[in-house]
Amino acid sequence: MTTTRAPLGQRPALLDMAHIEKTFKGDVIALRDLNLTVNQGDFVSLLGPSGCGKSTALRLISGLMQPTSGQINWHGGQGDGDLGIVFQEPTLMPWAKVKDNVWLPFRLRGQTYASVKDDVLEALKLVGLEDFQNAYPRELSGGMKMRVSIARALVTRPRLLLMDEPFAALDEITRHKLNNDLLALRDKIGCTIIFVTHSVYESVFLSDRIIVMAARPGRVIREMEVDAPYPRTEAFRTSAEYGGFASQASAALHTAMGEAA
Amino acid sequence: MTVMDQQTPAAAIVDAEEERRARQKRVMAIAKWTLPSLVMVIVLGAWQAYVTIAEVPHYILPSPLLIFTTIFADWELLWPAMMATGRLTFLALIMAVVGGLAIAVAFTQSKWVEMAMFPYAVILQVTPVVAIAPLLQIYIDSAFLAALLCAWIVAFFPILSNTTIGLKSADHNLEDLFTIYGANRWQRLRFLQAPSALPFFLGGLKIAGGLALIGAVVAEFVIGRAGTGLGLASTLLEASYRFNFGRLYAALILISVMGVAIFGLMSLISYLCLFRWHESTLKREQ
Repeated sequence: MTTTRAPLGQRPALLDMAHIEKTFKGDVIALRDLNLTVNQGDFVSLLGPSGCGKSTALRLISGLMQPTSGQINWHGGQGDGDLGIVFQEPTLMPWAKVKDNVWLPFRLRGQTYASVKDDVLEALKLVGLEDFQNAYPRELSGGMKMRVSIARALVTRPRLLLMDEPFAALDEITRHKLNNDLLALRDKIGCTIIFVTHSVYESVFLSDRIIVMAARPGRVIREMEVDAPYPRTEAFRTSAEYGGFASQASAALHTAMGEAA
Repeated sequence: MTVMDQQTPAAAIVDAEEERRARQKRVMAIAKWTLPSLVMVIVLGAWQAYVTIAEVPHYILPSPLLIFTTIFADWELLWPAMMATGRLTFLALIMAVVGGLAIAVAFTQSKWVEMAMFPYAVILQVTPVVAIAPLLQIYIDSAFLAALLCAWIVAFFPILSNTTIGLKSADHNLEDLFTIYGANRWQRLRFLQAPSALPFFLGGLKIAGGLALIGAVVAEFVIGRAGTGLGLASTLLEASYRFNFGRLYAALILISVMGVAIFGLMSLISYLCLFRWHESTLKREQ
């Protein structure tokens, strides 16, 4: 069930953000004039220092917050289960078994476990945890909890997956593993991903588009494309091409930090 | 990746260090029971010796042996008394659970209700129940209901206060997740807030169990045997009027036994609710 993606620049638009402004408590500008079009199949990273409004952007897209001004538009409208989200913490219900955690999005729509059991197990299989469906979160390692969180986000087959620094709290080795697995997952199910990170290397390895943001006020200062082919393997991490993109992104981030300081 | 924190069953003891630790564990397990028992034997022995040697009259301080035999001799009287006090305690506790939970849910569903009512819950709690009990007796015709209300007032507050905090302490990201998936108020309460509040509620329940007994004893003291029939506290009071100190101590001991039993039962309920998932029940490798 591998999906094919149109090349960058030929993808139909999924989401438009136009002239988004977000102001907190009257005068703190979290985001200023954010314009961003996310296309179907994009892996977009929002890269920037803390306070640049990247998480705010994610909360606006998820509908948890309303912009002070500006518009967010889903092409073709936003349906039930079109959105999945993964937070920095696994955010699992500790009292519920793994399978019940993954069932949650369906359960809140009033669907019984029996009616969606196949989807739940399929999602767990995607993240390699089908053998742990009856475990409780406390029995799992940090990486495994994050996988459950990803399975829960994917179980409704969302068109858009939002990830808010999901691997930031994990160790380097686990993070690399999950990076690889995330790309493999994306190839399998073909959803669009917006990924918030403050790691240059993570953003270059994962994404085909990087939006570099600066803080105070939060704004976009640079957009770059990482035009390296998928699937990207461990070999890509050590390639000259990867190094090139990483220095570009680093330079942009430096500018962002310099402007902010 | 490994499954963490699972005890390996019957792990083979391989080296001296592990053997030493295993031995220490066995010693600890035995000491946990033997040490308190030893203290009891010494105290009771000294008590018995003192009463015998100093020839203390039983209406001043009965010997442990006399108390012990009184429990059996007066069993016909003490057992129904224990049942009466037990019934009052449990009814009060059940009502405290129902009332405490209901008010806690009302508080978290509506800020206005909480704002309006919380001060009165506090006032009810901080006013000594001994001071309220005589009033209850005046205004409520049924002495049993007055006694029940008296015990309820003491017991419901820890459940209310703990559960209210628990219902509000759900993980914020989970709250957001529920919002994104369009959960309604009832789903949020049932699938998120209630399970989050469970450990808090159970902590309150442990306290409320003991308080319900205290409330029942106070009610019996103040409202008297009209309330419960002859409960343990009324028996105790009557025995003191008659200088029957053997019976007084016997009733006192049975009240303690009930308190310990209630605490044990509440701890068991708490363990059964939490042992599968909650951090507090996790056994960690030393």
